[in-house]
Amino acid sequence: MEQQFDTSKIGMWLFLATEVLTFGGLFLGFGLMQNRYPQEFVEAHEHLQRPLGTLNTVVLLVSSFTMVLAVLAARTNQPKKTVRYLLLTIACACIFLGVKYFEYSHKFEEGLLPGRFYSHHGDLLPGSHGYATFFAFYFMMTGLHGLHILAGIGLLSWIAVRAGRGEFSNAYYTPVDLVGLFWHLVDLIWIYLFPLYYLIT
Amino acid sequence: MSSHTIDDPKAEAKTYSLTLVVLLILTAITVGASYIQFGSMNVVIALTIATLKGSLVALFFMHLRHDKPVNAVIACGGFLFLGLFLLFTFLDVGTRVNLQPVNLKAPAATAPAPAAAPATAPAAPAAAPAKE
Repeated sequence: MEQQFDTSKIGMWLFLATEVLTFGGLFLGFGLMQNRYPQEFVEAHEHLQRPLGTLNTVVLLVSSFTMVLAVLAARTNQPKKTVRYLLLTIACACIFLGVKYFEYSHKFEEGLLPGRFYSHHGDLLPGSHGYATFFAFYFMMTGLHGLHILAGIGLLSWIAVRAGRGEFSNAYYTPVDLVGLFWHLVDLIWIYLFPLYYLIT
Repeated sequence: MSSHTIDDPKAEAKTYSLTLVVLLILTAITVGASYIQFGSMNVVIALTIATLKGSLVALFFMHLRHDKPVNAVIACGGFLFLGLFLLFTFLDVGTRVNLQPVNLKAPAATAPAPAAAPATAPAAPAAAPAKE
């Protein structure tokens, strides 16, 4: 059992490393385009609502905390507590997506869209491709991150059901631990997305 | 994690709470700092704090602190290769000589053949080595 647990964990960490590289490529592209369109990027940054980004950061950090408590509860043979903390984590994930939905619909209304769909008026450098490029990266990166949150909600629900059946204990809690690792990585990626998109101007 | 038993679950939970508090304080600092103009230092401050926060998450929430070293090696490996990827790309882009046709007006103007005049753009890269 011990060896199986360790092996699963190594596999999960390898997967997480590939995730870091996936997002890393997008971060690189973002950095290069920021280099190319500095003025447009600063102006486009201003369209993002810092308070909402901060709220989402806090929500995700809290969800990471409830997740780690769920893992602890599973390890200490407390299935009810495990389920409760998993449900809290799912609730935080839903709040995060709710705020994102609010932000996205605001961008749609203002025409702050990627590529040829960009139709915002009143830019300082009208006709520049920089704005549409910024929002292409914004929607690609936060969208991919949002998909990870959705996947996380699915995994957390699956784990919560199994925990409710009393499948996890001190002797076997591998799935809880691995889903926890995935969830923390999603949080970790947001920790970098947040300052790059919402704070740097 | 050599053993699956936890010595003191309460102490463990306390460590997690402290980690969360520190993460929230760091978030407040980074948001606060973003409202103050430090020029180019703003990026450095934001990314340093993000890295601090990320390390806290990895060490405490992801248990790398007490985990088997192999997992930490894989995690660090991922970030190491990402670092190489970023470093060499930015080194390349940052040290490129600007080859826009604007800079190459002089050689284009001295070209004797008048028929070559409309083809300034394709001719520009070819003229670049000669200029250097």
